[in-house]
Amino acid sequence: MGENNQVVKNKFNLKRITHSKGFSSLTSALIAILLGLLFGLIVMIFAKPDSAWAGFKFIVLGGFKRIGDVFYFATPILMTGLSVGFAYKIGLFNIGASGQYTMGMFFALYVGFMFDLPGNSHWIVAVLAGMLGGMLWGFIPGFFKAFLNVNEVITSIMFNYIGMYLVDMWVQGSSVMYVATKTRTNYLPTDVQIPSLGIKGSNVNYGIVLAIAIGIILYIVLEKTTFGYELKATGYNKFASEYAGMKGKRNTIITMLIAGGLAGLGGAFAILAPSGIAGSSMTYEPINIIAPAGFNGIAVALLGNSHPIGTIFSSIFISHIQRGGTLASLVGFKPEIIDVVISVIIYFSAFAAIVSTAFGGIIKKFVGKKKIDDNSKHNINEDSLVEKSDNNIKGAE
Amino acid sequence: MDTVYYLIQNMLPVAMPLLLVALGGMFSEIGGIVNIALEGIMLFGAFFATLFVYFVQDLGLSPQTVLLLGMLIAAAAGLIYSLLLSFAAVTMKADQVITGTSLNMLIPAVILLVSKMFFMSDGITTNMNFYIKEFPVLGKIPILGKMFFQRTYLTVFISLVFLIIAIIIFYKTKFGLRLRACGEHPQAADSVGINVTKMRYLGTSLSGIFGGIGGFFYCVGVMDGNVNGHTGVAGFGFLALAVMIFGQWKPIKIFFASLFFAFLRTLAYSVSLIPFLYNLGINQNYYKMMPYLATMIVLAFTSKKSRAPKAEGVPYDKAQR
Repeated sequence: MGENNQVVKNKFNLKRITHSKGFSSLTSALIAILLGLLFGLIVMIFAKPDSAWAGFKFIVLGGFKRIGDVFYFATPILMTGLSVGFAYKIGLFNIGASGQYTMGMFFALYVGFMFDLPGNSHWIVAVLAGMLGGMLWGFIPGFFKAFLNVNEVITSIMFNYIGMYLVDMWVQGSSVMYVATKTRTNYLPTDVQIPSLGIKGSNVNYGIVLAIAIGIILYIVLEKTTFGYELKATGYNKFASEYAGMKGKRNTIITMLIAGGLAGLGGAFAILAPSGIAGSSMTYEPINIIAPAGFNGIAVALLGNSHPIGTIFSSIFISHIQRGGTLASLVGFKPEIIDVVISVIIYFSAFAAIVSTAFGGIIKKFVGKKKIDDNSKHNINEDSLVEKSDNNIKGAE
Repeated sequence: MDTVYYLIQNMLPVAMPLLLVALGGMFSEIGGIVNIALEGIMLFGAFFATLFVYFVQDLGLSPQTVLLLGMLIAAAAGLIYSLLLSFAAVTMKADQVITGTSLNMLIPAVILLVSKMFFMSDGITTNMNFYIKEFPVLGKIPILGKMFFQRTYLTVFISLVFLIIAIIIFYKTKFGLRLRACGEHPQAADSVGINVTKMRYLGTSLSGIFGGIGGFFYCVGVMDGNVNGHTGVAGFGFLALAVMIFGQWKPIKIFFASLFFAFLRTLAYSVSLIPFLYNLGINQNYYKMMPYLATMIVLAFTSKKSRAPKAEGVPYDKAQR
């Protein structure tokens, strides 16, 4: 009898856990990741059947051998991920993280070359300048959205291009920065470099520490402060929040300012990192291509369900399989396989929530049927009602 | 006068992909689905059509036949790729912008992967020449002949046929009217017996067909028949979205909007050939920014009274009827 009770208790716990929001977004992320990896494996089998399994093992496990690099490459995409995720929580799709990232990079570069500041203050000022640059480029879509009713997606895409051309032009136009024979800028002076964390054979630096701290601060601001609540309320329902006395236009612009600043910080962290491999940082190459970090940031944010803490983990995961992807080239695969995997993961994560709810429903039915004997028919009906209202709430979000 | 001829001859092959893709975006959006995946659809169509050209280029077929066959392949490829969007956005009610973004990210990676592994390059290079130096009789017409029938591509004329087809579908068919109803008020459309799911699938499929063909025409008219994973279609899918908004979701306005953008872009890339502009000594990057800046300026002035489909971007939920 006691045993029986225990089982029932467990079931109740299970239900409580499976019902929680965090669990459902975690399972949906996991389902999406599994499907993405599976798709990657299938592509690899078609491309090169002999070494597919070896390559796949590299992708999944390879990153563990290079933890330092995983964190190093996670830094910029964590920042752009936070940027996209933050805006998404407020109901704005910041596809312009690339442009803001590039702008931040340029501002940091400019301070690095043009200002002469003592000691540690140099890199701190450069990082802050990067944030300012990003904010500037985030402000524009926010302004267009708030006052001119232009969809922020279009504005940010256009300003990705404008920013990229502007930065390339400014860099090429400056004789202090640009070395025409190398088609790239000079290396930044070493005092503007972000201090390394000192892990051997890796460039990982204090940037990742700052980035994670910013992620946690963002979580606190969003979830625990009136300010964050106001921003989210504006995102849920513009009209209701305005009726409640919140300033919708102001909030839209503030959101984009913050999102831009985050992406700009990502650019600064990337360019000011110590460079182990020549040209990986501390120098900029104007090649008229939109920075991929912004688009990877979208992937990171979506996989992390736009939640700041989730974004921290997803950026590390994506950086992990990216490192694995570079290792997979040892057995003849190209690193682009990772981009395929990532985009498939995002495709599925867009509706994995629905899949996982359906999956949860099946499990619940299964569990429910076992104890259907006495009076639980009534309960099940109630359950499905609860589930429905849950879905409705989710839809509204 | 030679400059004018030059600009027109170079502008039209650039305008046509924009026109087709923007029309595709229009069909998707008037049905209520935001199609941000146009860039990916274009590239997918372009990739398969170019692959086809690559395999048949040595068979001795005439270039224009290959062009037409490639167009069919591109249309089919675009249609298939757009089904991925329809499935996620209509059937699974997923976020349309996220789905579109993932589809945009997927295809350049696939192209790079395939071409690096099998062609040892970043894309597929063909050596088929689709260029038409002069049309037989028509090219001899004074002025007009030189403007429209010399140094051009067949794509220009095919695209104009598609424009007419789009206008007919949009204004003159039951289907067009019903599709628009699904984008404005799907609940009302459903209540009079229109199958919203089916209509939206058809809308995005049309946009897939137009987008795929547009992508191939971009490769033919702008890239000399090549496709490349790094540059892709250079943001033409996104520009087409802007063209569509500028054209206020109406086919004829979209046509003029695409000409406007193509003109600015052609101007940007031919500054060095136009003595007047060259002598001004403005940095060429400013001209390259022009199409994007112009988009923003135009949108800033027109968006206040924007006539976007009302139910755009909202998954259809029967329960809200």
